[in-house]
Amino acid sequence: MTAGGGWETVIGLETHVQLRTASKMFCGCSAAFGAPPNSNVCPVCLGLPGALPVPNEQALKLAVRAALALGCTLHPKSVFARKNYFYPDLPKGYQISQFEQPLATDGALSYLSPERGLTTATIVRLHVEEDAGKSLHDRFPKQTAIDLNRCGVPLIEIVTGPDFRSPQEARRYLQTLKQVLEYAGISDCDMEKGSLRVDANVSVRRAGAAALGTKTEVKNINSFAYVEKALSVERDRQIALLEGGGTVAQQTLLYDSKTSSVRPQRSKEESHDYRYFPDPDLPPLVLTEEFVAQQHAQLPELPAKKRERFMAQYALGVADADVLTGDRAVADYYEAVVHAGADTKLAANWVINEVLGDAKTHQEQLRVPPGALAQLIGLVRGSTLSQQAAKRVFAEVAERGGEPRNVAEALGVVQVADSGVVANWVSEVLGAHPQEVIRYKSGDTKLIQFFVGQVMKLSRGKADPKLAQRVLEEKLAA
Amino acid sequence: MSDPGEALANAKAAADRIVKAKRLNACLTPPKELRQSLQKQAQAAHPSGVLYGMPVAVKDNICTLEFTTTCGSKILAGYRSPYEATAVAKLKAAGALVAGKTNCDEFGMGSSTEHSAYGRALHPFDKTRVPGGSSGGSAALVAAGAVPAGLGSETGGSVRQPASFCGIVGIKPTYGRVSRYGLVAFGSSLDQIGVFGRSVHDAARVLSVISGRDPRDSTCEARDPLRLPTVPESLQGFVIGIPKEYFPPDLDSAVRRACDRAIRVLKELGAAVREVSLPHTQYAVPTYYIIAPAEASSNLARYDGARYGPRYDGALDVRTLYRTTRGQGFGPEVRRRILVGTYVLSSGYYDAYYRQAQQMRALIAQDFRNVFDRGVDLLFTPTTPTPAFKAGEKLADPVAMYLSDIFVVTANLAGLPAMSLPIGRIKGLPIGGQLIGQAFLEDEMIEAAYALERMVPGTEDA
Repeated sequence: MTAGGGWETVIGLETHVQLRTASKMFCGCSAAFGAPPNSNVCPVCLGLPGALPVPNEQALKLAVRAALALGCTLHPKSVFARKNYFYPDLPKGYQISQFEQPLATDGALSYLSPERGLTTATIVRLHVEEDAGKSLHDRFPKQTAIDLNRCGVPLIEIVTGPDFRSPQEARRYLQTLKQVLEYAGISDCDMEKGSLRVDANVSVRRAGAAALGTKTEVKNINSFAYVEKALSVERDRQIALLEGGGTVAQQTLLYDSKTSSVRPQRSKEESHDYRYFPDPDLPPLVLTEEFVAQQHAQLPELPAKKRERFMAQYALGVADADVLTGDRAVADYYEAVVHAGADTKLAANWVINEVLGDAKTHQEQLRVPPGALAQLIGLVRGSTLSQQAAKRVFAEVAERGGEPRNVAEALGVVQVADSGVVANWVSEVLGAHPQEVIRYKSGDTKLIQFFVGQVMKLSRGKADPKLAQRVLEEKLAA
Repeated sequence: MSDPGEALANAKAAADRIVKAKRLNACLTPPKELRQSLQKQAQAAHPSGVLYGMPVAVKDNICTLEFTTTCGSKILAGYRSPYEATAVAKLKAAGALVAGKTNCDEFGMGSSTEHSAYGRALHPFDKTRVPGGSSGGSAALVAAGAVPAGLGSETGGSVRQPASFCGIVGIKPTYGRVSRYGLVAFGSSLDQIGVFGRSVHDAARVLSVISGRDPRDSTCEARDPLRLPTVPESLQGFVIGIPKEYFPPDLDSAVRRACDRAIRVLKELGAAVREVSLPHTQYAVPTYYIIAPAEASSNLARYDGARYGPRYDGALDVRTLYRTTRGQGFGPEVRRRILVGTYVLSSGYYDAYYRQAQQMRALIAQDFRNVFDRGVDLLFTPTTPTPAFKAGEKLADPVAMYLSDIFVVTANLAGLPAMSLPIGRIKGLPIGGQLIGQAFLEDEMIEAAYALERMVPGTEDA
């Protein structure tokens, strides 16, 4: 999308993702979120004199899997480097990261752009690092409290090229990235808990211009909903500046979700010199082919692949397949319903409309077991239940459990396929609507739907609508 | 020794000797605390350990639970580590006693133990002179006979140089032979814990105990502890290289005489002696003074007053807190090296200094490999260009101070094992000879040292 007035937006994203490990990157402390302040700490993550880091193998496995899932080139040898800066929540005075020789480079992630369709974002690099602690400025008046529980938690940083042309695209990419990482069990990707954090580089240029405009870095975007907002605000600010004859200053901005605005980061040191150099406490990280192959084998089928397979194997459209494969649990659920014997298209409709609808209001739980849903779908297909009755049964099973067949009987919504009983309802309906009978007989045959509706109403949904229509047509023809 | 009563008596005697050597300012632990702790440790020590009851003085940059760990710095005044170094834990597991913490140049930065926030340590035989450094306190205590052995640490010769000055044995093992966990970092890629002993055997058996794998140090090799060689009858079959760059024309003539005598002994013992060349030697000191300060500038960033150590309050903002704490807490030599290290890592200077120094370091290491690949087993050199110098003599001239380490920094840059042992005296002052071995072949080096020690008149004037 081109923003108003012939401007093009250019966005690149740097995403920090917390790896799903029990312990920290370089020590045995728990990496769990939400423990009492400074309770998950030891000499290593506190940076006490003489303590040394030892890499967490599980974290390295997850990082390698992430690189593979994003189609990156993994480097057989990568190097941990120190990023030096002073800050109270950084106890060693440096962060262990990777710089000149990262774990992986040159990856790609396909995502569905709202404007350009299927689009590929380039992954420039993916590297491993440790998190810093947290500074809490609002806890005690005029003082800063430091919580070092997060200090040393394993992260990967995923850097894209300047590939996004709108805030919407940036958001879609992030959603896709989250999907992939969740699928592969690499991260929880919970922005609210900080296990996925994103910084964005934003610039604008005249549509058609080849050179990039001056970029700003937007930080403090802490929910998916704010990604689009924050980037739109910054894009609009830059366009307004340029149109007013001004220039964009290269700087770091903080997004404030309360006022929906950005403000410059307050800092006297505008350009940090991090004095990166290889960390002498850690030998180069050497990946054997065998190790990489093992991690490859641990990767599940990823969303894009799964979507294609669903379309081919279950004869689904791209939209349905996209929804069903968006979440690994939903995809697994759908396949379980199909494996239990349900028609693939009916199952897709039911999962997308009823199951996900119900999940939305019940903490994302898929409350009806796949076998029960398959049975329910079968009952509709076999005309035992009307669509309407089936929805009631679904709600009941979701709430209280039970076999759909038994629940339907208990609710008294099983369709009546006894032509004698149906004939009685038909006679009653025809007797009650003489005017409509005359109009039908004089050629207004569309009224058949009206009669069917009346029969369903009279039977309180129990009549088999197809049978009712046949009996009606017979009687009206007589 | 395996009698607890005897161990207790020995511990008390050691405490008495250390306290008696108080004038050397070599031990930083207050006498009362030292006595009490040694008594407690002797009672708790494992009688079955190979070092049962042996008092070992420990340099103050190695973390201990018994005593404070200040690294000779004001910035860690009163600091008590909540954990102990792996080397110390191994010593204790072998029954040894931590016999106090010893004075050193601040964070190991110095060659004279004059750069200590707790006053300079004195040479045991001449109080106007320095004992060398940075592990001067441990060296002085061992030389004074207060303890049979001590732990020091090396980044660029800080064990071998004071061993030479004090007339004792000092061994720096191969990088990765001894765990660095709990050794307060100075230049992490160079740092190793080393040992002092009055004999090769005392130093070697302490080294054997502290060596070996440690899952808490990624740079420590997963190898079994060093096995002690037996004392050889001869050095038949040994090829010993004499690198000509370590014997420049202007070498002190008495030092040269002492070395020549030692070389004669080596030949008499049956070793084949060969002149060799290590062509990049001249670049070792400048290379060292880029790499070590670069790493130090990062390693010492953590001393900011926010979590431990004295904190200069009254600062209105965090920057001022850092500046005041660090400005007042670090001594001038440490500040100088932090500045140098920060400079050489800065963008724009990194390639010209740090990267070049790393390349030079690789060439220096290659020099050694080339020599060893041609059949040389060990190298013999002087340890220091002169005997112990006068206190104050080099304080105003940092470069002159740095050059006193000219023969010792190469082994740290190349990660090789090296040791100093007494080869004579010059006007009563000891001088050491250096053996440099191949990586992880400390046993060969120690074997040669055993033979040399028996035959060289280490306390006679050269």
